[in-house]
Amino acid sequence: MSIRIDHISKSYGKVNALDDISIQVDQGELFGLIGPDGAGKTTLFRILTTLLLPDHGSASVAGYDIIADFKAIRKQVGYMPGRFSLYQDLTVEENLRFFATIFGTTIAENYDLIRDIYVQIEPFKNRRAGKLSGGMKQKLALSCALIHKPKVLFLDEPTTGVDPVSRKEFWEMLKRLQDKGITILVSTPYMDEAALCDRIALIQDGKILEIDTPKAIVEHYPKPIFDVGAHNTYLLIEKLNAYAHKHSVFPFGEYIHYTDQRDGFDPLELMAYLKNEGLQNIHIERTKATIEDTFMELAKQ
Amino acid sequence: MKRFIGFVQKEFYHIFRDRRSLFILFGMPVAQIMLFGFAITNEINNVDIAILDRSQDASTKEIISKISSSEYFSILQHIKEEAEIEEVFKKGKVKAVLYFEKEFSKKLIKQHTAKVQIVTDATDPNVANTISNYINSILSNYQEEQNRAITLDYQIVPQSRMVFNAELKSVYMFVPGVMTVILMLVSAMMTSISITREKELGTMEILLVSPLNPFQVIIGKVFPYIFLSIINAAAIVILSIFVFHVPVNGSLFLLGLESVLFIVTSLALGILISTISATQQTAMMISLMGLMLPVILLSGFIFPISSMPVPLQVISNIVPAKWFIIIVKGIMLKGVGISIVWKETLVLLGMTLLFIGLSVRKYKIRLE
Repeated sequence: MSIRIDHISKSYGKVNALDDISIQVDQGELFGLIGPDGAGKTTLFRILTTLLLPDHGSASVAGYDIIADFKAIRKQVGYMPGRFSLYQDLTVEENLRFFATIFGTTIAENYDLIRDIYVQIEPFKNRRAGKLSGGMKQKLALSCALIHKPKVLFLDEPTTGVDPVSRKEFWEMLKRLQDKGITILVSTPYMDEAALCDRIALIQDGKILEIDTPKAIVEHYPKPIFDVGAHNTYLLIEKLNAYAHKHSVFPFGEYIHYTDQRDGFDPLELMAYLKNEGLQNIHIERTKATIEDTFMELAKQ
Repeated sequence: MKRFIGFVQKEFYHIFRDRRSLFILFGMPVAQIMLFGFAITNEINNVDIAILDRSQDASTKEIISKISSSEYFSILQHIKEEAEIEEVFKKGKVKAVLYFEKEFSKKLIKQHTAKVQIVTDATDPNVANTISNYINSILSNYQEEQNRAITLDYQIVPQSRMVFNAELKSVYMFVPGVMTVILMLVSAMMTSISITREKELGTMEILLVSPLNPFQVIIGKVFPYIFLSIINAAAIVILSIFVFHVPVNGSLFLLGLESVLFIVTSLALGILISTISATQQTAMMISLMGLMLPVILLSGFIFPISSMPVPLQVISNIVPAKWFIIIVKGIMLKGVGISIVWKETLVLLGMTLLFIGLSVRKYKIRLE
């Protein structure tokens, strides 16, 4: 067991940031915390990295208690906060060397671990960190978090504000790190990234909605889902919401994800209703549930 | 040790890459000492005065020539009417008017009393006072010369001697003050800002989640400023010796040690400020309002503590700068040693330990 979270609660004044959270992450697992802004992801990260104390509950990271052995944890983990937190007035190389030094190691010693990532920013090693693009900043931050060969890596929304290509590359890098035996806890507001994790926890308003593999979570979705499209998406949403039997209506890419309250739902019936309401080019098709659908469904309850 | 060197190296990068902090570190000290040394002064030199002479006789002419030949005054104009006095003051051209009554010589010889009025523009009371004193002393000097032949039955001859600063140069007073202000500014403000910057930029979060313990972080942050402040203190002393010819009568070594002590006091204050402020702005405001003002107003730098109201005198005791100024004045001007300033040194030492103790207690090993 690499990370064990046991009934952790934390509140700021009257706001419950975390409410009785329990999660267990295995050695070498890539675990995702999926939830919108304000769900409590950052608070959980800060508790696990010994930056905050929980109000109730206990937790351990790499076998060390987060309260009693906080010093040991600080030596063993790599932490990449949500906000870019490197020294903007230091160059790429100076940042990396600084973090290597304070962890009592050198760039050369652990270069193997960061090579894949660092080679991409190495051409800019004399550039100030503040002048890097979003994707490069994130690669540098990951290099700095990895330079001391941590046992557990905490990445708080590492891909927020990063272009799609860099995001994809970033997740490929995480997979490679996982192969090297590093346990990774990553949080993201992007549901599409959730599918890339071994297991995920859906979290909202400080509560865990579900913990499982992405595949299982999607399969648990209780109702058939339909992609609905028409010439006027805005009107379509309005009319679907007005439909007496609707269960849920969510915009999803170019289509609307629709579920019906009834078990024996006939799409033709909906087609007729929409036509009657003046919509054209109507398209209704059965589709698979995504993690986002599950999340929305769970969040509704 | 390697960690410490790495950390200090990083701090130096921060300092040398930030133009603002470079300016505060090196521009301010030079600018301040020059300003205080040359521009802000209580001495009078070539003050313009006007003369209203209604006698125009031998005595008044002699007095006038005595005054105009002194380096302190230059006679800008002669006026004819009493009504003009207010006018020339309003124009602001002259600081004083010397008004001789009619038949000055005659009265002096026959009645043994003649009157001359010194009218000064007291919008600046200190200057007015000084001018009046200077003219008075020129007049009494003249009187003495006239009376040399006559022996009076009784005579009190006051002889004042100004020790430690015989020429009453105000730069003697300002150098210890400016040194105090600069060391305080550089040490306390710069460290508090540099520590809060880490909090504000989020890098403190990463530093906390590292094997560095808070003590190492603080020492690493403070060390460069100790070094730079010592350079600053040395620069100020060198400037004052060679540019303003301020003597260092006591031991330079002791002066150096006391300066290091005061630098550490200020740094401890800076750390304390950083523990209570979340942003660089707050740290700067607290440093400026909470430190600079007391240093300038309550330390005896500009306004003598003995002439303050009692409550302020009491408050001045908690201003570290007050003690340091006493020490510096003692060593530089009076040439005293540790046997005289040990009490002040002890007070500073006590304050330093208190500030360090408080900062250690207030320093957070976590984010809240």
